[in-house]
This record gives sequence, C-alpha cells and structure tokens, in this order.
Amino acid sequence: MKKQVSHIKEFTKGLWEINPIFKQILGTCPTLAVTVSIVNGIAMALATTFVLVFSSLMISLIRKLIPSQVRIATYIVVIASFVTIVDLVMKAQFPELSKSLGPFIPLIVVNCIILGRAEAFASKNGPLRSVLDALGNGAGFFIALVVMSGIREILGSRTFFGYQVLPNAFEPWLIMILPAGAFIVFGLLMGFSNLYVERKKNLEREALISQYRRVGREEITDDVLKEAGV
Amino acid sequence: MELLVIFISAALVNNFVLSYFLGICPFIGVSNKTSSAISMGMATTFVMVLTAIVSWLLFNLVLVPYKLEFLQIPSFILVIAALVQFVEMVIKKVSQPLYRALGIFLPLITTNCAILGLALLAAMREYGFLESVIFGVGAGAGFTLALVIMAGIREELDLADVPKPFRGAPITLIVAGILALAFMGFAGMI
Repeated sequence: MKKQVSHIKEFTKGLWEINPIFKQILGTCPTLAVTVSIVNGIAMALATTFVLVFSSLMISLIRKLIPSQVRIATYIVVIASFVTIVDLVMKAQFPELSKSLGPFIPLIVVNCIILGRAEAFASKNGPLRSVLDALGNGAGFFIALVVMSGIREILGSRTFFGYQVLPNAFEPWLIMILPAGAFIVFGLLMGFSNLYVERKKNLEREALISQYRRVGREEITDDVLKEAGV
Repeated sequence: MELLVIFISAALVNNFVLSYFLGICPFIGVSNKTSSAISMGMATTFVMVLTAIVSWLLFNLVLVPYKLEFLQIPSFILVIAALVQFVEMVIKKVSQPLYRALGIFLPLITTNCAILGLALLAAMREYGFLESVIFGVGAGAGFTLALVIMAGIREELDLADVPKPFRGAPITLIVAGILALAFMGFAGMI
C-alpha cells in the first residue's frame, strides 16, 4: 500500500504535477475545439468539472458494488447520465452558449480525463479523496483551457471576454481562430511547459551536487542522484 | 449530387480530425507508422459506417417516436460500445488475419470521440438514412487520410533535429497545425 498523501496534496497535484492537458495529454479534443473564445473555454471547463466531480463521487460510492468485468460500462453509464444533465440544463438556460459549443457538451462522455480519473483514482479511493482529486483535475483542465483560449482570443480577435484590449492598429492574427491556430498554440504551450520542467530539474540537480560537494562527499554517481529523486 | 457534397465535405473540407478536432487521441497516439495508421483508419471507418446505420435506426425508429430524445447520449454510447464488442467477435470468428491486424485497435475505438461525434452530428443535422451512411463513409475516409498523411510525415520527422522539449506530442501538434492549414485549401470545393 502506498503512503497516503494529505488531502490538500490530493487537490493540488491536479493543478500542475499531473495536469490532465499538459502532463497526461488527456482530453485534447475539447481543448483544441472550444478555445476560440475565453467564454467558451470557461463554460467547457466548468461543464467538464461538474461531470468529473459528480461521476467521481458516484463511482467512488458504488465502487465496491461493481463487478470488475463490467466496470467500464458502468462508469460510462454514470458519466453519460451526468453529461445528459449538463446538456439539458445548458440548452434550457444558456441556449446560445450551448449552440456555440455544438456537439462538444455531449462529447464530454468520451473525454478521457473523466474515464481516466474514474479508472485510475475513484475506483480505488474513498469519496472525499475522489472528489478532491476530481476538483484538482478539473481545476487543472480549467487553467489549461483559460490559457489556451486567452491567447487565441486576444491575438485572434483582439478581445478578452468580448472587450477589445488591443488597439485597432493591431492586425488580428486570423490563424488563431482557425483550427490550425489551435494545433500550433497547443503544441507550443506543451513544448514550453516541457522546457520549463526540464530547466527546473536541472537546477535542482545542480543544487544537490553543490550541496554534496560542500559536505565533502566526493562520489556523485547517477544512482545517488536518482535516489534523491532528481 | 447532394450525397457527393456530404461525402466531400466530411472527408476533405470539414475533415473530422483537422477541422472538427474529433479523434485527436488516436491521431497523436497511433500515427507513428504508416502501416498501423492504415489499419487503425480502416477499423475506424468500418465502425463509423456501422455506427451511422445503427444510430440512425435507433434515433429515428425508437427515440423520436417514443419522445425519448433526452436518452440520446447514454443510448448512443452504449450502442457504440456494444457494436465495437460485436465487430470484434465477428472479425475474430470470420477472419483471423484481419483480427490480428486490427485486434489492438478495436477496443480503442469505443472511446474515440469521432464515432460518437459522427452519431451526434448526423442526428443534429437531421440527415436521412442514406445521407447518414455517406456521412459515415466520408468521415472515415477523411480520418484515414489525415492519419496516414500524419504517419508519413512523422516517419520523416524522426530523422529531423527537433529541440528536445518539443519532441513527441508538441511537434506532432505543430505539424498537425500546418496540415490543417493545407486542408483549408479544400474550402473552395463546395
């Protein structure tokens, strides 16, 4: 049995450490498709988080009743029920938003983040931890969508939340609101996040090496570094 | 004529992968080698056509007459899951070589959002039966085309000197962006 981590950690790990978009590369379809404007991005992230939290809670509560052969089918039915709730509520309350998101609200069913968390976490942990984990992953997804849609909306249509932020002299980058722009922005963001992680790792490694030097420990092999976790 | 427009639109102009962003997971995951890209594309096309047929029948003969449209999402996903399972069993019985070629790709197709997206889009646009089937064939052809082109590019990309943090998924996405730009050239066709 692995050591239990604190409840706070259960939430915060989703924000960056195992961020569903940049680290796990799950749920890429909606990330690319709906991030034309920040309002769409936020709506999508909130809808997904709602489904993620409630299906994680439900699956965690009934996890001991589900025979393992039919667990995936059970998860899908639970997820599909919550997605139906979101879809119907959005159609009734926010018809315009629902129209601009098109088939992507129903497609939350096959968003791999939700099935992934259900299989990897909620099926093995209690309700409180599962909800925290779901909230963390939802928040991580939210951050990724806000960053993506913020960049695309500002550069592509000069606006932020619908208000013009760049002067008229700035020629909008049409490519940003086209599908091609989504792929390119996402690729660049992922690349830079890898770069940042690598930089940080190297800095930690150097800090550890110099620390060993100070205490006079000469032999710094790769094994020693691996043991220290850098 | 109408049908031809639907086919070309689904395959090229509104390509499922490059302009609707459906089926990105296999597009990134299974586009390493041309041979596996072709197998994956064929398996997906096959399931897409079947899904188009079954989901049309289900929606128009069961859900609409009994006013059960709100069950659309759960019923479609269950039908797709059952269909994939069924196709797997049939292929296993009928053709062993085909089963070995497609084997690992079949279960992956259930969670491919292009399949559910196809069923939902066809229902949303109120396509007739024949239109739905052609839509499925076109979407499958488009998916296969995008996957095979991407696999071809990635085989060359292995030899290129890509900066280390950009290797793997990031460079694939950037290349996909350029490919999407190229596919925009089809926009004038319809």
